[in-house]
Amino acid sequence: MNWSKYSAPLAFYPLAGKMIPWFGTIAALAIAVGLYIGLLVAPTDFQQGEAYRIIFVHVPAAWMSMFLYVVMAVWAAVGLGLNARLSFMMTQAIAPTGAMFTFLALLTGAMWGKPTWGAWWVWDARLTSELILLFQYAGVMLLRTSIDDQRRADRASGVCALVGVVNIPIIYFSVQWWNTLHQGASVSMTAAPKMATIMLTGMLLMTFGFWMYSLAVILSRVRCVILERESLQLWSKPSPVPEVVEVR
Amino acid sequence: MYWGSLSEFLEMGGYGLYVWTSFIITALCMVWEILALWRRRTAAIAESRNIMRSIG
Repeated sequence: MNWSKYSAPLAFYPLAGKMIPWFGTIAALAIAVGLYIGLLVAPTDFQQGEAYRIIFVHVPAAWMSMFLYVVMAVWAAVGLGLNARLSFMMTQAIAPTGAMFTFLALLTGAMWGKPTWGAWWVWDARLTSELILLFQYAGVMLLRTSIDDQRRADRASGVCALVGVVNIPIIYFSVQWWNTLHQGASVSMTAAPKMATIMLTGMLLMTFGFWMYSLAVILSRVRCVILERESLQLWSKPSPVPEVVEVR
Repeated sequence: MYWGSLSEFLEMGGYGLYVWTSFIITALCMVWEILALWRRRTAAIAESRNIMRSIG
């Protein structure tokens, strides 16, 4: 199978359409089981009481906020290096979902901070660097909309996304590099998880669900972007976009 | 099942406000994103059809 043909936006369009229901269904299942475990099965935390259950949305949202930024920056790098339209479209499609998860990580963090720290917000390194990530997503999106010429908008927002990736290790390691109020990592690559297996299972299922959800909505958004940006090219026979062609 | 009763579940040991706000806003954001994409898609398809009509 010649995968390189899918680097053309109009060839990718139907492929993305086929993948969306699969990712959507897997996301719904994983989130349903994750919620069941997180809210109904997992026992209480001996230190934080029931407030700890916010972990089942907070950590997946925070992980996705960082992960999606890295993926967005990789697409930006590919776009800048190969001057590939679809790569820039992926960058454009990822930013809103990444921004949403960053907002949710901050909001659910505030909801967790108030009962456990006594404050909705503190200016510690983890919270501040995550807030900067939200501004970075906003910057990537605003830069695109503020430039009329599509190619220049692609390149400018791509460079912005790429430069900003330096903040990701800062967020991740902030709890080690500085003395933060935010707790250290409960799960890491190098050490055994510092939480009960059932809690970890629920959290990983929710993370997997959020990941699959992100794939579904990002592919769905990139299809919108393709329609918006390549409308003129749809006038080809046979057109790959049946939704548009059927009125012909 | 960890909980003894529904009210116990909803109270979340006194942290109900914080826990439920977190879960509900997360759910609302995700549902809103799906609906917004649905609207965007409908608009984009309509726009493409208009362009194609005007050309052909």
